[in-house]
Parts: sequence; structure tokens; C-alpha cells
Amino acid sequence: MNVVFENTFWMEILNITFLSLRVSGTAVLIGSLIGIPIGTVLGFRRFKGKRTLMRFVDIMLKSIINTFMGLPPVAVGLAVYLLLTASGVLGWLGLLYTPTAMIITQVIMAVPIIIGVTMSAVGSVEKAVRERALSLGATEAQAAWLILREARMGVLTSIIVAFGAAISEVGGIMITGGNIRWWTRTLTTAIVVETELGNFAMAITLGAILLSTAFIINLALTIVQLKGAGR
Amino acid sequence: MKKPSKILTTILILVIAVIGSLLYEQYGNSQKSIIVLATTTSTYDSGLLDYLTPIFESKYPAKVHVISVGTGQAIETAKRGDADLVLVHSRQLELEFVNSAYGVHRIGVMYNDFTIIGPTDDPAGINGLKNATEAFRRIMEEGVKGRILFISRADKSGTHTLELSIWGKLGMTPSNKTQTWYLEAGAGMGTVLRMANEKKAYTLTDRATWTSFKKQLTNLRILVEDDAVLLNPYAIILVNPEKYPRRNYKGALTLAKWIISEEGQNLIENYKKEGETLFKPIARNIELARTLGFPEQEKELAWYDAQKT
Repeated sequence: MNVVFENTFWMEILNITFLSLRVSGTAVLIGSLIGIPIGTVLGFRRFKGKRTLMRFVDIMLKSIINTFMGLPPVAVGLAVYLLLTASGVLGWLGLLYTPTAMIITQVIMAVPIIIGVTMSAVGSVEKAVRERALSLGATEAQAAWLILREARMGVLTSIIVAFGAAISEVGGIMITGGNIRWWTRTLTTAIVVETELGNFAMAITLGAILLSTAFIINLALTIVQLKGAGR
Repeated sequence: MKKPSKILTTILILVIAVIGSLLYEQYGNSQKSIIVLATTTSTYDSGLLDYLTPIFESKYPAKVHVISVGTGQAIETAKRGDADLVLVHSRQLELEFVNSAYGVHRIGVMYNDFTIIGPTDDPAGINGLKNATEAFRRIMEEGVKGRILFISRADKSGTHTLELSIWGKLGMTPSNKTQTWYLEAGAGMGTVLRMANEKKAYTLTDRATWTSFKKQLTNLRILVEDDAVLLNPYAIILVNPEKYPRRNYKGALTLAKWIISEEGQNLIENYKKEGETLFKPIARNIELARTLGFPEQEKELAWYDAQKT
């Protein structure tokens, strides 16, 4: 009996950890595929038109993205909930209370972070690299590629930041995932439940797992970053 | 160009892994019928559903997804079309739900009772009262004098609705805004009990959650019980299949039928915490169900028993 109990106890923790990683990992991957190209383009700042208009657009865009970088997860969760609920616009998809709904929520949070950080990383190396590349006879396309290569550490930082935000997020996925046991319960939402139930031992265990998971992933990404920087 | 190809390969592998896991998930789910049960925090926090659903799932090719919120929110979730059935405890909200044709076949399942709990030294002096309304009056009087605190769920749950109806009998609607002794927590029963324990405050609680938590609540004890007002019956209501054709009506019916079956009712009766029964079954006790606010119990029970699943 005891063995069975312990088995399901660890099974559940594994299940919860795996779901957390899957949801946040997928969200950051999709977020990167959307955010990095947009961030790169915005970082180049090549708007045509009058000077004042160009600056205005530039400032507006950046302010909007910086605002969205700080999107409150609960607000995103609420918006996605209203979209996915059976009486909402996308209700026919039947996605509410599924891991997919949680991924959607986190993608919306991750994209502005990735755009914002990529944008400033690209922007900070853009001018110097581009001029040098062009003076050495590179084409515009080659110059763009070089800029992105130079900015790759900043791009990686954007991924790390987005992942950190996603894995520790709780309000949004609580609303859209419904915190269903064995199905949409992640490390963070499980901590909320276990605290509510007074199972502090379980809550602390989950907290430690959350922290060490985040640490391991950040460690890996940082090693990649340092190796890249050394080159 | 060694580097970009390496990056591309990594991305490709990740994308394939993600798509694979999504497909696997879809496949895994298509094998089983998923039943979404919206219910109250008391049935979940007391552990009853975590005890019942695995037994149900071992007998039927189905998976029960439990959304545990307050009664008000559970019914709201069902109204939006996001649940297949509800297990709730607020007569007024249930009748509204059924009368507006969102829900069908309301049936009594089980009951327990509410108790008023408070600090062990009981500064409001309500210990032993058999009248919850009188107890609330004393709590208010002492509260106004600034001697005690009362914590309200304030989350439109069944417990909260009952609490408000008792205040209503005293002709008042307390609010945090004007009364400093009345704290609106906006949280589930477990959290409110823990808050009451920390702040040595009074609150209204269902007995099931109280029993499951009382070991941790060393500053509190039961002060008022056994008033008819404090009876706490739970009902199951299916969402109307005509209004929500996309919901899993068949699954909901199977689950409801099983919970009110001899087997389900026996399991509920045998569910104990700290040696105490938390919920007493009423689905097959027509007389008791009638006195607890289910005049149609006999008819509904016959209807459920006649359904094939």
C-alpha cells in the first residue's frame, strides 16, 4: 500500500514537472519563431519616410512593445479565456482547459519579451557592424546576417528571460488551464493548490523542483551563451 | 556555414518533438471520453473527488476533469458551455440555473452541515447557541466594538450565499468597505480557514472542509452547530443537451448515474477523514431529500435509473 502511494506521489510530481516544461518550452519555442524575426526587423530601424514621422513610428512601436513586455499574466489569461470559452469567438475549437490553451497564453506573454530584448540587442550592434561590413564590400543581406550573428547573445538572453517568465507564471495558466489534476496542473498551479490544502511539505517540494528546473535550464543556456561569447 | 545548419537542426528537432507530443496527446484523448465536472472547493478540498474519480475511471472508459471553484463560478462555467455537469450546493443558484433552462435534472446527492467556528476563547460568547442568526448578531455587535473579526469567503460560493442570507435575516449586507471587522477574502474554504486561524477570527464553514483541516487549525473550534439553517445539501445538475449540443452529455449522465447509484452512494458514506464521515448520501433516501429541498427527488431518481448509458 505504502509503495503504491509513494509511486503515485512521485508519478504525479513527474507528471506535473513534465507538463510545466512542455507548456513553457513549447510556448517559448513558438514565441521565438515569431518574436526573433520581428525583433530583428524592428532592431534594424529602416523605416522609410520623413524623418520626424519615422522617429514617431519608431518611438511608438518601442513603447508599445515595452508595455507588452510587462503584460500582466492574469490579464492575458482572462483574454485567452474569453476567447476560448465555449461561448467565445474560438469556442468551437474546444481548447479551454487544455495544455494547448496554456501554451497559447504563454506564447502571448513570451512574444513581446523576445521581440523587445532581441530588438535592443540587434539595435545595439546594428550601426557599427553594418558600416564595417558594407565598407568591406558586403551586400545588404550579408550585412544583415552578420548583425544577427553579432547580436546572438542578446537573442539568447531574450529566450532565457521569456522562459523564466513562462515557467514561473501562474495566474494566466490557472484561468485557461483550469488546474485539472493529471492534466493541466503545473508546478506553479500545484503549489497554489497544495498551499490551499495545507500540504506545505508537498508545496515546498514542488517549489524546490521549480527552482532547480529553472536553474538547470538557465545553466545550460548560460553555458551556451558564454561559449558563444568566447568565440 | 557550419553554425546555422546546427541551429536549424536543433530547431527542427524541437519542432518535431512539440508536434509529436501534441499528436500523441490528441491520440491519447480520442480513446477516452472526457467529462468536465465543475464543482465547489469543498468537495475537492475535502478530498472526496480525488477519492471517487479514480474508482469511476477504472470502471468506465472515461476521464473526469475536475474544475474546482466556488458554486457561483461553477454554475457560471457551465452556463458558458465549458462544463458537462455541476456538483454544487446553493439552492437559490441551482434553481436559477435550472429555471433558466441551462441545467436539467437536478438531483440531491449528499449533505452535511455548516458550522460557525471561531477562536477557542470565543470573545463573542456564541458557544453552544443553536441559532445561527443569533450567533451572527452577536458577532456583528462585538465586531462593531472592534473586539473580533469575521472572515467572509466573498467568492459567490455556496458557503458565501448562505452566509449572506443569514446576514440578510438581520437586515444587513456587511462589507469590508464600511465595516472593519468584516474581511472579504475572495478565496476557497481551505484558505479562509487558515486565515481565520492566523487572525483568530470567526467564519462559517462546511463540516467536510473543517474536518479535513482541523488538525492544522489549533486556534479554532466549532462554536455553533445543529441549526436547520445550517444544513448543506449538494446537488448534481446536467447541462442542457439542447442548449449545449457539443458538450459530453452522455459522459455527464454516466458519471451522475454512477454517483447516485448504490455503489457511488456507499462510497460517499464510507469516505472518512479523522474517523468522521464527511458527506451523508441522500440520493436514494427520498424522504430526507425532500426535507432538504429536493421535492422532485423521486421523479428524478426514477428518470436517472431509467437512462441507459
